[in-house]
Amino acid sequence: MTGSQPDASALVRIENVHKFFGSAHVLRGIDLTVRLGEVAVVIGPSGSGKSTLLRCVNHLETISAGRIHVGDDLIGYREIDGKLHDLPHGSIALQRRKIGMVFQQFNLFPHKTALDNIAEAPVHAKGIAKKDARRRALELLDRVGLASHATHYPAQLSGGQQQRVAIARALAMDPALMLFDEPTSALDPELVGDVLDVMKDLARSGMTMIVVTHEIGFAREVGDSLVFMDEGVVVERGAPRDVLGNPQHARTREFLSKVL
Amino acid sequence: MSEGGVTAVPVVSEFTASSQKIELISATPVRHPGRWVGVAVIVLACILLIQSLATNPNYHWDTVATYILDVHVVQAVGWTLLLTVASMILATALAVALALMRVSENPVFQWTSWAWVWFFRGTPVYTQLVFWGLVAVLYPKITLGVPFGPELLQFDTQDLITAGVAALLGLGLNESAYLAEIFRAGLKSVGAGQMEAAEALGLRKSKIMWRIVLPQAMRVIIPPTGNEAIGMLKTTSLVLAIPFTMDLTFVTNSAANRLYLPIPLLIVAASWYLLITSILMVGQHFIERHYGKGFDGRILAPTDSALEGRR
Ligand SMILES: Nc1ncnc2c1ncn2[C@@H]1O[C@H](COP(=O)(O)OP(=O)(O)OP(=O)(O)O)[C@@H](O)[C@H]1O
Ligand SMILES: [Mg+2]
Repeated sequence: MTGSQPDASALVRIENVHKFFGSAHVLRGIDLTVRLGEVAVVIGPSGSGKSTLLRCVNHLETISAGRIHVGDDLIGYREIDGKLHDLPHGSIALQRRKIGMVFQQFNLFPHKTALDNIAEAPVHAKGIAKKDARRRALELLDRVGLASHATHYPAQLSGGQQQRVAIARALAMDPALMLFDEPTSALDPELVGDVLDVMKDLARSGMTMIVVTHEIGFAREVGDSLVFMDEGVVVERGAPRDVLGNPQHARTREFLSKVL
Repeated sequence: MSEGGVTAVPVVSEFTASSQKIELISATPVRHPGRWVGVAVIVLACILLIQSLATNPNYHWDTVATYILDVHVVQAVGWTLLLTVASMILATALAVALALMRVSENPVFQWTSWAWVWFFRGTPVYTQLVFWGLVAVLYPKITLGVPFGPELLQFDTQDLITAGVAALLGLGLNESAYLAEIFRAGLKSVGAGQMEAAEALGLRKSKIMWRIVLPQAMRVIIPPTGNEAIGMLKTTSLVLAIPFTMDLTFVTNSAANRLYLPIPLLIVAASWYLLITSILMVGQHFIERHYGKGFDGRILAPTDSALEGRR
């Protein structure tokens, strides 16, 4: 798989991306294409650069080399005559509105109710009328099974409920792409299922998703492709059935033997 | 609430339902004789204090009664309050700017903020007040214009920086240094995850600051700021350094000097300071409650998570 082939149905194009933290070379030439409607599941050992890659896609981290395109946007930069110029914060914010992100630690706003968490960005980033945003927020809460929790503050919700609110909050911006960074890793085992159900629902509705997770079962069931990363490179990529059933690289085999 | 009532006493209902014989423990509590000795000492001290307050003629309670609502005293209370509130407002506005400059990415802003705090925190407020009183000696005229170019406006410093303005500037600028540090600590107390979540949603920087970071920082900012406001109330007593002569301490002091009765007028001043402090404390309580929403564990909505069916 060459990845950088121009492809009409590609939503995300990550091209030869490198990332340094000081002298640490954390991403070492990542090429990855995610098609519209594709669910790409990323697995790999701790420290392999999975979170860093996701955070580069919405410019929470700046990349050191390469290009990331989401739709028509070149993330974080404007290219004029082959030279890159930093985008101003406002333009980066515009790009981020099309990309939803769900964090391992939920990061709900603790001073706002579940409903206000969801309505915040539509009202204050997009300028949607408060009344409409709240109505939409209630619909989204219903979709994640928490309609009765609209007036609860995050501290009054379980981890699984908080994560479902966080997913609804990201969806409220009508993103074209959703990024999930280990959304179930901070949850008690009995709460994982509820969150995965919401994500499966979302996948079936046609959302394009990049999901970093250790839930191999999720990858097998809803993943369109499985990406195995190690030490800052994509070691192997393919249909989940193939990668899981018949891994081509020794490193993949070794990792899978530990998690399966 | 009937549901809550039932669930609150499940032990008793089970107990009667099963009609089992259970011997409830009624153990003799541990005695604390030391505590009773302590209470006795405190009660005795209170009695002695009250007795001396009532019987010692040197308190001159009649003078206290005459002056506590004296028109000059009440006016002085007004000035003290005005000075406290106005300098706190000036200090807050400056401190927000200083704290934002300190956390900005611009090194010139960072350095300016640091230097401001260094200077105003590093010199006594008394010295600063004397300085503001002397500013008219230092700069007799204040001119607005282009540097080395034409002059547009000119003022006599004495008209512009009156004793009241000097007091406001002296107290406000000094306080801004302390508040800036409090605000900076408050901003730092908000986790990086909050910024990132807001950025990932595509909120602009100013919205993130005003709607996500500052409201959460307020929880950390309010208690020490309340302390500072109460401190400011009493620091206003130093404005005679300017000299500003209408505040509570100056007015009660000069009355005391006139009457040769310092003690009752000290009681008058102390009573007013105590009253205002108490009012400030009540205000602080309500502000703290407002910004504690979602944090302080108060149940603001029914927690029906137990009733929620699994999907
Ligand atoms: N802000 C940072 N500064 C310096 N080094 C960082 C920073 N963020 C990540 N790293 C380093 O980059 C490497 C990749 O980290 P990353 O968080 O992307 O790994 P990961 O694959 O998500 O791991 P995990 O499964 O534990 O979440 C690690 O060695 C980490 O120490
Ligand atoms: Mg990670």
